[in-house]
Amino acid sequence: MAEAAKMRPPIESGCPDAFQYMHPLMIKNYANWKYHDRPRPGVLHHVAHSGDEIWTVRVGTQRQLGPYELNLLCDIIDQYGEGYVRFTIRSNMEIMVSKKDKVEPLIKAFEEAGYPVGGTGPSVTMISHTQGWLHCDIPGTDASGVVKALMDDLYEEFVKEDMPNRVHITTSCCQINCGGQGDIAINVQHTKPPKINHDLVANVCERPSVVARCPVAAIRPAMVNGKPSLEVDEKKCICCGACFPPCPPMQINDPEHSKLAIWVGGKNSNARSKPMFHKLVAAGIPNNPPRWPEANAIVKKVLGAYKKDAKDWERVGDWVERIGWPRFFELTGLPFTKFHIDNWRGARNSLNASTHIRF
Amino acid sequence: MSDQQKPKNPERHSTYIQKEKKSTKPFHKTPMLDQLESGPWPSFVTGLKRLAHNNNMMVDLLGQLEHSYKTRLGYWKGGTVSVFGYGGGIIPRFSEVAAMFPESKEFHTLRVQPPPGNHYTTKMLRQLSNSWNKWGSGLIAFHGQTGNIMFIGTTSENTQHFFDEINDFGWDLGGAGPCVRTAMSCVGAARCEQSNCNEQKIHRLLVNNFIDDMHRPALPYKFKFKVSGCPNDCMNSIQRADFAVIGTWRDDIQVDQKEVKAFVAKKGRKYVIDNVVSRCPTKALSLNDDDSLAVDNRNCVRCMHCINVMTKALSPGKDKGITLLIGGKRTLKIGDTMGTVIIPFMKLETDEDYEKLRALAATVIDFWAENGLEHERCGEMIERIGLVNFLEGVGVDVDPNMITHPRTSSYVRLDEWDQEAAKWNERKQAAG
Ligand code: SF4
Ligand code: SF4
Repeated sequence: MAEAAKMRPPIESGCPDAFQYMHPLMIKNYANWKYHDRPRPGVLHHVAHSGDEIWTVRVGTQRQLGPYELNLLCDIIDQYGEGYVRFTIRSNMEIMVSKKDKVEPLIKAFEEAGYPVGGTGPSVTMISHTQGWLHCDIPGTDASGVVKALMDDLYEEFVKEDMPNRVHITTSCCQINCGGQGDIAINVQHTKPPKINHDLVANVCERPSVVARCPVAAIRPAMVNGKPSLEVDEKKCICCGACFPPCPPMQINDPEHSKLAIWVGGKNSNARSKPMFHKLVAAGIPNNPPRWPEANAIVKKVLGAYKKDAKDWERVGDWVERIGWPRFFELTGLPFTKFHIDNWRGARNSLNASTHIRF
Repeated sequence: MSDQQKPKNPERHSTYIQKEKKSTKPFHKTPMLDQLESGPWPSFVTGLKRLAHNNNMMVDLLGQLEHSYKTRLGYWKGGTVSVFGYGGGIIPRFSEVAAMFPESKEFHTLRVQPPPGNHYTTKMLRQLSNSWNKWGSGLIAFHGQTGNIMFIGTTSENTQHFFDEINDFGWDLGGAGPCVRTAMSCVGAARCEQSNCNEQKIHRLLVNNFIDDMHRPALPYKFKFKVSGCPNDCMNSIQRADFAVIGTWRDDIQVDQKEVKAFVAKKGRKYVIDNVVSRCPTKALSLNDDDSLAVDNRNCVRCMHCINVMTKALSPGKDKGITLLIGGKRTLKIGDTMGTVIIPFMKLETDEDYEKLRALAATVIDFWAENGLEHERCGEMIERIGLVNFLEGVGVDVDPNMITHPRTSSYVRLDEWDQEAAKWNERKQAAG
């Protein structure tokens, strides 16, 4: 009790007010903007009904920032910008300035410090990613490394606006897919059932909740070596890894058998078509650090076909809807297998019940 | 690195690593991670190495990460760590290979709620960075997938010190575990002409109303609010939020015909027909002979496409409000779900309007807390019990905007058809 009395009670202030950190022009013209354009890749220009104008420079970062990077970036923003910055959902920094002639020196300063300006309009913007081996407790692969390797390869597509429409790539280190839907998504896909350390299960796992967690009811309580444990029906198991977080002794990650899969055509926006889920296009890709060349090659193959064949404003998913999946597999050269045909609930909706066939 | 890429001022460049080593522990060999230092994108490995020059925790963290790269396995396990007075907000990490890398044996993350729209001053960023450098590894992720500022890497003891320090200057923890989570909202009204609502106000109204449910996890599973100012849904809320608030309008698109003509003159008719008119999902657009644009507003589904293309000529209408969708989530456990329209349109102008939204959120969370199974997201509960049971539970009337099309199966009991039809007619009459 004496110990607790010394503790400082939290101030439950919740989500802070953003107005104290916003650029003064954003406060002044809040909810009163008129239009925007993009004078060059990496720059947005917004005009308010009041006639005020604001320029935004978008900068790619490594997302994980230490004091050196933060101070370097803040020094540039203080010297060439106006001290205000925000982050996009994809970890890009946006620096707002009130004068057009501040834009070029700001860009130059970022580029000289090794930070790319881009990620606007029809570009490949920063990849949204998770924590991976750096910090997650269930990852099948790394996150920052996969992203660094891929962004090195796609650097030109970040700093230019050469794509038919914006491309949002996501990565996820387990099948929960924290990275979310993507025009292209690179996700871990396990291919073998969990390996159970029966000595630990009784102490570590709440067995009924682990049983309940399995999407296909493949887990049942069992006595193994005289100890209460769990058993997996390996014929039923879909190797999703859902049992691993609540029960770490059910090790799902495997250096060889935890593979990568690539999914295509996810879209969150309502523009043109309704939001779409991404669909499986390639799997069995080795989880190959430090640069994951096999996965990158497939991503670039898909991007290449999209860039060449899609119309302006078509997202990857819009493009495939127009040209059809047979053409997608033809243009990308990726193999079509029985695994592409869904058998989860609602699968019938994904079958072609028509004579709509392209030749 | 090619000559022309060589930094002019190497000490102020993303590739710079200081000479002076303040950490006392020798570095581990990191041949695999070293390969992620080359290339044009800023390298997180170089960043980790800079930190490892300053503290032993990061020396061992780099060692463990290299070990993961070599063995292709992760070595963190969870546990329980919290700050005084709270039950969540911290992601505890204990190393399973602490014998090899003892300095980073505890490497916890604090999730901190950013302001809506992720706005900062450089002064505040530096202040947060200084505090974290004092109490933790120095490494901060802007931002995690839920939207938190992630302060990555500290000991159990220092989580409290760091929290006390930043809590004093206005920052609070986010959610972790089965609770209301940190929310996200787009830049919206602060800088985007396409915004149809006050994202910042909605965001703070919702999340700060459930602050107790955030800090003391006791719900079936996580619950996420996200706010997007328009149907472009930059926050990916339909797919990623249990409770997605999206700005929209119900009157006519605002058309500046002078700007339409200027756009046609600049881009050409073919471009406008191919990229605007024929891309409208409901064929609500037509280019007139005089190069002005006709909009069939009754059939516009507010998809945003034409407004995205012709930013100067077209804007959302003036009678603004929100559409509310509930039940989005990723894979676990039944497969991905998108949110479903629950409220097709509601105004958010007066205090009563906002109160209605807050009260609805509270009703939804209460109903789910009562009816959701352990580890069942709100959308999964709706899938299990059916949308109609959910609507009845939270007191919302059925609306044809909630469906893509009516049922196609006749396997259903319809004995109360007349009563239900009467309800519809009553509501129609009441609405005038
Ligand atoms: S891996 Fe998935 S399917 Fe297999 S037992 Fe675990 S939860 Fe069930
Ligand atoms: S907003 Fe979308 S649906 Fe409405 S007119 Fe424009 S393109 Fe058509």
